[in-house]
Amino acid sequence: MNVVTPFEGIGASVRRKEDFRFLQGRGAYTDDADKPGQLHAWILRSPYAHARIKSIDSAAAASMPGVVKIYTGADMAKDGVGGLPCGWQIHNKDGSPMAEPPHPVLAQEKVRHVGDQVAVAIAATRQQARDAAEAIIVDYEVLPAAATMAAALKPGAAAIHDDVAGNLCYDWHIGDKALVDAAFAGAAHVVKFDLVNNRLIPNAMEPRSAVGEFDRSSGDYTLTTTSQNPHVIRLLMGAHVLHLPESKLRVIAPDVGGGFGSKIYHYAEEAIVTWSAGKLGRPVRWTADRTESFMSDAHGRDHVSHTELALDANGKILGLRVATQANMGAYLSTFAPCVPTYLYATLLSGVYTTPVIYCEVKAVFTNTVPVDAYRGAGRPEATFLLERLMDVAAKQTGIDRVELRRRNFIQPDQFPYQTPVALQYDSGNYHATLEQALASSDWAGFPARRAEAAKRGKLRGIGCSTYVEACGIAPSAVVGSLGARAGLYEVGTIRVHPTGSVTVLTGSHSHGQGHETTFAQLVADKLGVPVAQVDIVHGDTAKVPFGMGTYGSRSLAVGGSAMMKAMDKIITKGKRIAAHLMEASVDDIEFDRGTFRVAGTDKTKALVDISVAAYVPHNYPIDELEPGLEETAFYDPKNFTYPGGCHIAEVEIDPETGITSVISFTAVDDVGRVINPMIVEGQVQGGVAQGIGQALLEACVYDSDGQLLSGSMMDYTMPRADDLPSVSVATHTTLCTHNPLGVKGCGEVGAIGSPPAVINAVVDALSDYGVTHVEMPATPAKLWQIINSGRRAAAE
Amino acid sequence: MPQVTMTVNGQTHTAEVEGRTLLVELLREKFRMTGTHVGCDTSQCGACVVHVNGESVKSCTTLAVMCNGANVSTIEGLAAADGTLHVMQEAFREYHALQCGFCTPGMVMSAIDLVNKHPNGITEQQIREGLEGNLCRCTGYHNIVKAIAAAAEVMQGKRQEMARAAD
Repeated sequence: MNVVTPFEGIGASVRRKEDFRFLQGRGAYTDDADKPGQLHAWILRSPYAHARIKSIDSAAAASMPGVVKIYTGADMAKDGVGGLPCGWQIHNKDGSPMAEPPHPVLAQEKVRHVGDQVAVAIAATRQQARDAAEAIIVDYEVLPAAATMAAALKPGAAAIHDDVAGNLCYDWHIGDKALVDAAFAGAAHVVKFDLVNNRLIPNAMEPRSAVGEFDRSSGDYTLTTTSQNPHVIRLLMGAHVLHLPESKLRVIAPDVGGGFGSKIYHYAEEAIVTWSAGKLGRPVRWTADRTESFMSDAHGRDHVSHTELALDANGKILGLRVATQANMGAYLSTFAPCVPTYLYATLLSGVYTTPVIYCEVKAVFTNTVPVDAYRGAGRPEATFLLERLMDVAAKQTGIDRVELRRRNFIQPDQFPYQTPVALQYDSGNYHATLEQALASSDWAGFPARRAEAAKRGKLRGIGCSTYVEACGIAPSAVVGSLGARAGLYEVGTIRVHPTGSVTVLTGSHSHGQGHETTFAQLVADKLGVPVAQVDIVHGDTAKVPFGMGTYGSRSLAVGGSAMMKAMDKIITKGKRIAAHLMEASVDDIEFDRGTFRVAGTDKTKALVDISVAAYVPHNYPIDELEPGLEETAFYDPKNFTYPGGCHIAEVEIDPETGITSVISFTAVDDVGRVINPMIVEGQVQGGVAQGIGQALLEACVYDSDGQLLSGSMMDYTMPRADDLPSVSVATHTTLCTHNPLGVKGCGEVGAIGSPPAVINAVVDALSDYGVTHVEMPATPAKLWQIINSGRRAAAE
Repeated sequence: MPQVTMTVNGQTHTAEVEGRTLLVELLREKFRMTGTHVGCDTSQCGACVVHVNGESVKSCTTLAVMCNGANVSTIEGLAAADGTLHVMQEAFREYHALQCGFCTPGMVMSAIDLVNKHPNGITEQQIREGLEGNLCRCTGYHNIVKAIAAAAEVMQGKRQEMARAAD
C-alpha cells in the first residue's frame, strides 16, 4: 500500500505547528508565568524630560501595605551594578571614538527623558507596587530640555550628558567626498531635496515583561524576558551590568508577542528584576503597561536629511551626496549607533549604478526615549530617501519616473556588484521585479482609473519604489571591523533521537515568524523526517548551546544555514554507520531524504536504523566512531544577503477631508529561495502594513519640553483593519549565492519598500497642486491644508 | 472584599476581589486562564476580548464585580473537549491569520461575535470595520479578514470546506 503524505519540504505552505497553542490560549508568554512566592515590581519613571534629582524620599512608600522594598539608583550604585552597555562603537571622521555616556539602570543624579527609570517599588501585588511607586517623593530640579535634534545642536543648548560636547554622539562619514564633488561639477542636472524620516514607536502587541528568579541553594539566577535574543541578553547583563558568569545566569525568552526590533535590546527592567530577585531571594516580576511601552521601548527612525543627486543629460546618475542627522535619544540603546551608519549609508547606492556616493551622519543626543533598530533599521530610511529622490529627479529632468529607474538599474549581468559604499551585492534582478509589479498593478491602465476617480471628485495617484536591502546579518569579521562588539554567526544543533524523531536547538528566536514550522521543513526536506516529528527548541540559554538571536532577517539565512551545516555532519556520520551496517565502503553510500543506499544497489537503511544503531551500538564501528547522533554547527555568513524588489501603491485622496485610501498595493519581492510561501506572504503583508502606517498614520510627537504627546494608543495612530488594503504579494527569485539555502530574508522587505511607494503615490495624486514632497505621515490634516491652500491660490 | 461567582467556559468559579479588580485580572491572575491577554491600557487593542453572556467585551475595561452571575467564555473554552478546533480557530490556522499569537485570542473572540451579529453574511468591508477594536501588529490584517470571511461562510452553511485554494 502506498501512503501518500503531503510534501512538507522546502517550498510547501505547511500550516503552522505553533498555531494550535496560540489559537487555544495556551501560548506561554512571559507575563503568563506564576512563580511561587513571587513579588511584583513597579518602576517609578521620570515625568520630566530633563531634571536633576535633588532627593528621593521613599519612607512613606516603604511602609505601605504589601511593600517589601523600594530601590533607587543609589542602592544599585552601592552594589556595584553597572550601566547598560552599547554593543556597537562608531568612530568619528577624525578617527576618535563616539561619545558613549553611561546609561544607568536606575537614574543617578539626573533623568534625561520622560519615562527614565528613577526607582522601583516591590510589593506583594502589582497594584500595591504601583500604589507605593506613586507615593515615592522625588524632588526634581527641572532643567531645560532638548526635545529635537535641532534644539540639541543649537549653540548653548543644555548638555544632556556632562561630558558630551554639543550633544553630539558622533560625526561619521563614508565615501569619497572629492570624487563626489567632481561628479557634481560635471552634472547636467542637480536635484536638491530635504526630507524627514518620521519617528515611530514599534508597539509590538505584547508589552515588555521580565521575571527574575534566584535559587538560594545553587546561587543561580534565571531571567525570563520578552527578548528576541536571550543569549545576547545573558552576555550583556551578565558581563556588564550584574557581573555574573554565564554559568550562573539562565535567560529564557518564551513565547514572545512580536518584536520588530524593539525586543533586541537589553533593557533596565531586566537587570532590575534579576538583581532584586537576588537581593530579596524571591521571584520578582514586572510587566509594562502600554503607557510605559510608549516611553521606555526603543523608538525607531527619526532622521533629518539633506540630499543632492547629480545626473547627466540622459538621466544617468553621476553621484549622490547626503547629510543626515540621526536621533539617538537620551542614551545609546544596544545597537543604536550602527543603524544610521552601517545599516543606512551603506545602502545609499540602492538598486542603481551610482558611481560615487558621499554621506555624512551626525548622531545626536536628545531628551527623548532611546532610538534603535525598528523593522528594517536604516534600510527603510535609505530607501525612502532614494526613492523619493528618484521621483523628484524624474519631475525635474522630465524623464518618466519608471524609465529613470530603468536607466540606472544595476543590470542582471553585473552581479556580484560592488557599490561605492562598501557592500557587494551577490544577486538580484531589478528589471524582473519592476516589470512583474508594473504588470500586476496594471500601471499602464492607471490614467483611465485616475480620470474615473476625478469624475467622482477624488484625487488618484500611483507610485512605485524599487529597492534593495541587506539582511542575514552578518559576517563577524566584517562587522567587527566596523565597530560591532559581537560576532554575528548562528548556532544550530540537530539531535536525532534513538527512534528517529528530531530535536533542533537553534539560537534564532521566533516571536511570530513561524520558526517551529519553517525550520522543521528544512529537516523534513533534508533528513526526510516528517514535520510532526521535528521539535524546534529556542529561547533558552540552558537548552540551546549559544545564539545571537533574530533580527535583520537572519534566522533562515544564518540560523537555517547553521542547521543545514549540522545536518551535513549528521549525514556524514550516518553514512559511516550505514556503511558499517551494510558492509559497504563509505564512499559508496548515498543519502536522500531519510534513506541511506549503497550506490547502484537496492540495499538501503532508513535514518531510524542508523539512529537506533548509534544509540544502541551493539553492531557499531565503536573503535572509530562515537555513539550517538547529534551534531552542532556554528555558521558565520560570508556576506549580507540582498533582498530587493518593487512595490507599487495606488491611492485616492478625498479633497474634502484629506483622507488617503490605499486602493491597492502590489509587492513583488526577491527574497531568495522561499521555504514556506504562506509564511513569506504573511511577513510581507505585515511589513507593508507597518510601512503604510509610517507613510500615512504613525508619528511619535514630543512637545518642545520633551513631553511625549503621542503616548498612548489613543494618540499614536496604529494601523487598523479598515485603514489598510488587501496586499498583493508575489515573489521573483534569484538565489543568494553564498549560503547553503539560497535564502535572502523576508522580514523587513514590506516595511522598506512600501513607505516611498505610498508617498510617491500621494505626491502623484497631488500633482495638480504643485507639490514635490509630503512629509510622513501624510495625515488628512496635512493633505487638506495642501489641497485647500492650492485651491485658495487658484481662486486668487 | 466583595465575592463574585461566575461561570467561565462552563465551570463555576468563585473569588474574592477588590472593587477595582478588572475581569481580565481575575481571569488571568486568580483563575490562571492566561489565554486572554492585555496589550494596552486605553481599551484600544482588544487582546483582552472575551464573551460575557454571549457578547464580546473588553475584559480590561470590565470590573470583575460587574460579572457576578455572568456566563463568561474565553479562548480556552472554544475548542471541543476532544480538541477539535472551533471553525474560527481552524480558519485562522488555515489562512495564516496569526503570527506572534498575542492579539489572536481577542481577535478570534471578536471575530466570532462579529459573524454572529451578521447572520445573513458579512462583506470584507464589514469585517474590516468590525475589527476596529482589535489591533494586530504582525499580519497587516489581510489574512485575518480572509479567515473571518471563510469562517463566516462555514458557520453560516454556505460552504463545507475550510481549506483555502491550493498553493
